[in-house]
Amino acid sequence: MPQTDPHAEGARLLTICNSCRYCEGFCAVFPAMERRLHFAEADLNYLANLCHNCAECFYACQYAPPHEFAVNIPKVLAEIRAESYQKYSWPGFLRGAWTVTLLALVLTVAALAWIPRTHGGDFYAAVPHGVMVGFFGTMGLLVLAFWAIGLARFWNEDPSRPPFRVRAFPDALRDIVKLSNLSSHGAGCTYPNARHSQARRMFHHFTFYGFLLCFASTSVAAAYDNFFGWKAPYDYLSVPVVLGALGGLGLIMGPLGLLALKMRRDPRITDARQDGMDILLLALLVATAVTGLALMALRATTAMSPLLAIHLAAVSALFVSLPLGKFVHGLYRSAALLRNALEQRDRDENEKRGER
Amino acid sequence: MTRLNEEGLLYDVLVVGGGNAALCAALSASECGASVLVLEAAPIEFRGGNSRHTRNMRCMSGSYQEEEYWTDLVRVTGGQTDEHLARMAIRASGDAPAWMKAHGVRFQPALGGTLQLGRTNAFFLGGGKALLNAYYEAAGRLGVRILYNAEVVALNIDGGIFRSATALVSGSPVELRAKAAVLAGGGFEANIDWLKEAWGEAAENFLIRGTPFNKGLVLKLLLSGGARPVGDPRQCHAVAIDARAPKFDGGIVTRLDCLPLGMVVNRDGLRFYDEGEDLWPKRYAIWGRLVAEQPGQIAWSIIDSKVVGRFMPSVFPPVTARSIHQLAADLGLPGAALESTVRRFNESVRPGQFDHTLLDDCRTEGLLPPKSHWAQAIDTPPFLAYPLRPGITFTYLGVKVNESANVVIEDGSPAPNFFAAGELMAGNILGQGYLAGLGMTIGTVFGRIAGRQAAHAAN
Repeated sequence: MPQTDPHAEGARLLTICNSCRYCEGFCAVFPAMERRLHFAEADLNYLANLCHNCAECFYACQYAPPHEFAVNIPKVLAEIRAESYQKYSWPGFLRGAWTVTLLALVLTVAALAWIPRTHGGDFYAAVPHGVMVGFFGTMGLLVLAFWAIGLARFWNEDPSRPPFRVRAFPDALRDIVKLSNLSSHGAGCTYPNARHSQARRMFHHFTFYGFLLCFASTSVAAAYDNFFGWKAPYDYLSVPVVLGALGGLGLIMGPLGLLALKMRRDPRITDARQDGMDILLLALLVATAVTGLALMALRATTAMSPLLAIHLAAVSALFVSLPLGKFVHGLYRSAALLRNALEQRDRDENEKRGER
Repeated sequence: MTRLNEEGLLYDVLVVGGGNAALCAALSASECGASVLVLEAAPIEFRGGNSRHTRNMRCMSGSYQEEEYWTDLVRVTGGQTDEHLARMAIRASGDAPAWMKAHGVRFQPALGGTLQLGRTNAFFLGGGKALLNAYYEAAGRLGVRILYNAEVVALNIDGGIFRSATALVSGSPVELRAKAAVLAGGGFEANIDWLKEAWGEAAENFLIRGTPFNKGLVLKLLLSGGARPVGDPRQCHAVAIDARAPKFDGGIVTRLDCLPLGMVVNRDGLRFYDEGEDLWPKRYAIWGRLVAEQPGQIAWSIIDSKVVGRFMPSVFPPVTARSIHQLAADLGLPGAALESTVRRFNESVRPGQFDHTLLDDCRTEGLLPPKSHWAQAIDTPPFLAYPLRPGITFTYLGVKVNESANVVIEDGSPAPNFFAAGELMAGNILGQGYLAGLGMTIGTVFGRIAGRQAAHAAN
């Protein structure tokens, strides 16, 4: 009975789930599934991106292998998710060897191109201000453009349009910032094994908020530079440095924790072919954070300029991966959560109307 | 051959079985200070007996009080129940969820499509297997020892005292000794040969909705060891399920709820029972027996496209055709006979206001057997059919117990150090019929009692 094509297999499994429904209290995926009776590719891609891979439904499933129905929702949705990244991402989703090779190339080129010209103190003496702003500004705009294309492709794939309701936006935002679908009503998810734990959610929070803090640090620094004319490097107790240091710590603890969990996870629930892209993103985040913190600590020494070159190379590699690598999971997951919130609000409104 | 650590040890309490009742007993015995060994016949992936297919438990509460619960029980059993034990179970069901939560079980609102049970039944978050996972995890924390693939094949009961059990552990016989035992090894619904004693060769065509490990061996050992039987030995709870379901363990997804929305015919293309006799939740449990009585133990539920979407989706797609003649050909039924059955049915349908949620006034006139409610002409293609076979949920035969869950011996005296819980003794309370979620109530309440009593008996 099991199918080799992930979409065919997903449709087979969700048909079983839809006539069982025992898992509907676990997360957003199952109520969203119950709102559908047929599972076309667009439905499956949406459900796959809604799934946070917590695996509770696998451990609770009376039809999990070795049962002949062989139901394994986390795995099949992971496979569909990976295919959906390739489908949506523009100019194309890269994974495995290609991604690593390309990024390594960028890293090297970047490091060579920015051979530092001075020692100690002033960052812009090593890499001119205009080069830094121009290069990363352009990359940032490209990243935003690629993300927008991917999101539009995801959103337009499913022709059903849940009606626009303002109150769905805070719902979705809450699910995103709290990762409520990994919390399982406070018990935590069943990852890396059958035992409930908040570890994955916590480490993801470290990563996510670490990233946001670093982004905030950069934004504040940009404002200092452009609007106030205050030039880097900033004081150790200045806003950009404190934000950046906290964010950097989060970006070290978070990804390392996620990596440690990944090494111990139950092999049955995941699509091992995606390890490459997962590890690459985690490694890039850690590399960016470690080099950034080192740069901050050693900025007054002669190590500054080589460290700056390495740090900027890590950042540029991260930028390249933002629209092309695992990072896109955040985009499609957030969009799926928004669609889910819209659908739920719509259903609630309809039920209320029905009662009156 | 390697010797198991367990061999030669003397445990306080041996628990035979690995489902809800067994685990409730193991947890309770352990919390009374007993050392506990659990023997589960299934491998770890299939542990938990039929509890892994459950999803809720009937619980007394402020809005569902003892008398209403008791009235429901009397109604379904036709009075075949031990009132004292039944009321014990009912009263204890009110506090049970708190104990279950303390052992890791989580609850959720009533599932989609089961809202009529929301007042009377507490639903497990994730269903019965999630509940079992929580109990096994709690048992692990308490130091309860669990052996999988351990099928008990002999009970050493000497002068009315339990001494040991012999189990085939991964195929090798091992003697396991304990000062007391809780027997919670389920019924015999997966034992086709035993079912044949009541049903004859027809039982070969039965599908078993639950675990293939409920062979009834522990029940047989107890009965041959002098335990007093309880419950009808020839009856089982049988519903009509999709004939394409696996032989065992098909569980919830193989059920079909569309029978009252259309007509049901046998392999001769003839109707044989009033499909609209009463509301479906009150009637679905008679259809297993009805189908079992038909030639070849097979039947088909036939509906038209008017009612699609009014019942829970089934896991198997319906056989679909543009005409009744074509449908008969696709199903391998006599076409002329089926067409004639449908034509006569359609001609006898009286106009009414169709409402499948209550006993509406859509009925047939001058038809035998009649269809008393929800009768609508089957006239709107495409026509759909689901094949039906009897699906056996559980058996009623068990052993008599007293209020402390002691197994009662033929002479009426309670066995001092062995106890029964779960499906093995559910016949004391549910002598016939079915009440959703009652099996889990009995298993939880008597599992806990049996565990405590066994721990005391061991001291």
